Amino acid sequence: MIDIPVLRWGKPYDSLEKDTVVHFDTGEELATVSLAGGGLIERDMRKAQRARDVLREIPPRDLVAMVKKAADLYMKEELPLGNGTQGPDDFVKYQSATTGLPEHMCRANMEKNHFVLTRMDEVLDALTRGLDLSILSAGYGVEERGVTLSYQAQSPVLGLVLPSNSPGVHTLWMPVIPLQIGLVFKPGPQEPWTPYRMAEAFFQAGVPRETISIYPGLGDIGAAVLKSCNRSMIFGGQATVERYKGDPRVQVHGPGFSKILLGDDVVDDWESYLDVMVDSVLVNSGRSCISCSGIWASRHTKEIAKAIAERLGPVAPLSPEDPESALAAFTVPGVAEAISNEIDQHLEEAGSEDVTRKYRGEDEARLVPRERCDYLRPTVIHCESPDNWLANQEYMFPFVSVVNCPQEKMIATIGSTLVGSAITSDEDFRSKLRDAIHIDRLNVGPVPTIRLNWLQPHEGNIIDFLFRARAYQEA
Amino acid sequence: MSNLSTEIEEKIARAKEALDAHVREIVEWHFDPETGTPFWLDFREKLDFDPRKDIHTFQDLQRFPIFEDEWLRGGPVRRWVPKAYQDRPIYVFETGGTTGIPKSRVAIDDFRIDYELFSETLPEEHFPKGANWLMLGPSGPRRLRLAVEHLAQYRGGICFGLDLDPRWVVKLINKGWTEHLEAYKSHVIDQAMTLLSAGHDLKVLFTTPKLLEAFALRLEDEGSSVKEAGFTGIFSGGTEFTPQWTRFAVEELLDGVYITPTYGNTLMGLAASKPVGPHDGYKITYYAPQPRAVIEVVDPDDGRTVVGYGESGRVRLTTLTKEFLVPGFLERDEGEREEPYETYPWDGVSGVRPFQKLASTTTVGVY
Repeated sequence: MIDIPVLRWGKPYDSLEKDTVVHFDTGEELATVSLAGGGLIERDMRKAQRARDVLREIPPRDLVAMVKKAADLYMKEELPLGNGTQGPDDFVKYQSATTGLPEHMCRANMEKNHFVLTRMDEVLDALTRGLDLSILSAGYGVEERGVTLSYQAQSPVLGLVLPSNSPGVHTLWMPVIPLQIGLVFKPGPQEPWTPYRMAEAFFQAGVPRETISIYPGLGDIGAAVLKSCNRSMIFGGQATVERYKGDPRVQVHGPGFSKILLGDDVVDDWESYLDVMVDSVLVNSGRSCISCSGIWASRHTKEIAKAIAERLGPVAPLSPEDPESALAAFTVPGVAEAISNEIDQHLEEAGSEDVTRKYRGEDEARLVPRERCDYLRPTVIHCESPDNWLANQEYMFPFVSVVNCPQEKMIATIGSTLVGSAITSDEDFRSKLRDAIHIDRLNVGPVPTIRLNWLQPHEGNIIDFLFRARAYQEA
Repeated sequence: MSNLSTEIEEKIARAKEALDAHVREIVEWHFDPETGTPFWLDFREKLDFDPRKDIHTFQDLQRFPIFEDEWLRGGPVRRWVPKAYQDRPIYVFETGGTTGIPKSRVAIDDFRIDYELFSETLPEEHFPKGANWLMLGPSGPRRLRLAVEHLAQYRGGICFGLDLDPRWVVKLINKGWTEHLEAYKSHVIDQAMTLLSAGHDLKVLFTTPKLLEAFALRLEDEGSSVKEAGFTGIFSGGTEFTPQWTRFAVEELLDGVYITPTYGNTLMGLAASKPVGPHDGYKITYYAPQPRAVIEVVDPDDGRTVVGYGESGRVRLTTLTKEFLVPGFLERDEGEREEPYETYPWDGVSGVRPFQKLASTTTVGVY
């Protein structure tokens, strides 16, 4: 069995306390993972500046080259992992076995990470708006147009409190090493795989070991990372978002409530956009914050809901090895049942209907209980009004509400929206959408919500989060 | 299956005899109308046996129903004072009480006796006689606060204390006010640092694991360490000790300063630990101060059946002093049953942690 240590600035540390990671379906014990303690992290973080100092000895362009090299190592090579090694196929197998995500989705996430790593120079060029990275490295510099610029790193390291159930989030932190800032991970209990594999790929590519720490553990470890790092990202539910909202030290990533808005000018032609809508709901088993949880239109909503339900209703759990498998398992006992019960409870409200029910087959059940895990089958709700409780909910499975709402009321009613795909040619509507500050990523046209352009910032630009522009004058 | 030597087997047998004799003496005392405790004398009326006639051994205490901690809440606390001690000065110590009425325990000399016995386990080189102590732990109506001070005095030293309200800490945790929690922790450590800077020649420290960590990290922040600050021995307890935390403390915080983990509470007293270190993976095993108190590890479902050695179960405490009788109280902890050994020829418990079935409703603070 794989035995994975804590990584303290690149050095393995075998803890006396270990967690056992098991296969979600068979219960087979797959790995033991050493657990860190809060005090250990606090103490290690006293040396965080060393990570940045070491990275600043390497020019950013060299770090970009290392990251690109790491991309292939991560994607193709057998890399050290704890007391053994792990190749890409085993990586996919284990990640699927512990997170419940089908193997082909794990592989797709790998490819996504690889894509971002191999285009790191373009990503950084886009995120910095073309800034010469040497200015970030030195802290100041003069642009070609003769303007003096100065940026201060706000933390020598970025803390990352990662989720268990969504291996798709890792692209967010990948630009950090070339920015000469170290990484401090608290992996999700069921997904230790990516941080360890990526760290090892970085090391093999030449990134100094003392720039990365990985601290598996329970909730108190997340708190210790947030406390000890002056800049951190945390992933969680709405409660986590509320908890850290307004804390400049923490960038919180929670539910996305991503949506597709059909303008009045195109809604009569809705069938042309059915594939965009279905993909936005179903891809990655609906587990991403960029997965679509709401489709809003002023008319034809019943027909739209029915058409999506006809496509999604028959989708049922398959073996995680099956390339056609579209649903991820819920590996934490009771969660799927609680979600399903919550949906049923609110379906009693007038104006909401589970349109998928009759397309699921004989028993019409949303919840599929298994011995050690559960599945939730896709669910399409029709809401007659934005006032229906289910009109603006998000769950970790293919769930979407098709909401009837006049176009002129949409922007004021949709609420916080991470990705808004607005299918409309109405320039007045487009203009208002561009001004809507509660829409983070705006796609104009038939762009699936799950299709990200990696050259664009996501939930705030990481450059702005890690660096502060300030005045700098020399006499 | 036990692998104990004959010599230890004999010690175990003698300890059992001593315990059974002690049980008879204590039960006789608490149920004697002349000397007895009003609570137990009243309770006698509800029993279908006569404790003075029918309780001969520790095992016979199983005839009592499981002790309910609710019996300890509220007044009059004099119902817990044995008639023979009604004219003595009475202390009352509280446990719990973040919300609602805390549990109370009356005491006269027990805390002194328990800590004097514990004093015998402290190595002189690390806990020198005459050394001054810092009590970096809870203040207020706590047995621990007075007991540590007595221990310091008993060993010829003076104990310096500070203000720490553990009920407020638990409230901060429950409310999720982490910034306030950190601020309060800093306030407590500030007090310790002030005492340290005041020339009191502090050499011995009582503290909880969490506060020791915070204290050691603060000292490091200021370019010092627990050792450089002059401490030679640490007596620690009050919250859960894990082998990993102990290893971290020994390897990275203490630089050779001796630490002895303890397990105890207001009802039982204090259980010392087997020497802890890398020789057995920093395993922490506690032994009660028999015959004054007994620790058992029992089946959590019935609260009575002792589990096999090495098996897990709920911690059950029995207190047997002339001041206080608690025949079988189910603690909010679980652990593994450990074999007797030479120093303590009776059962111990290791791996003590919050009882899982209650853990979600229990908030562990700094104390």
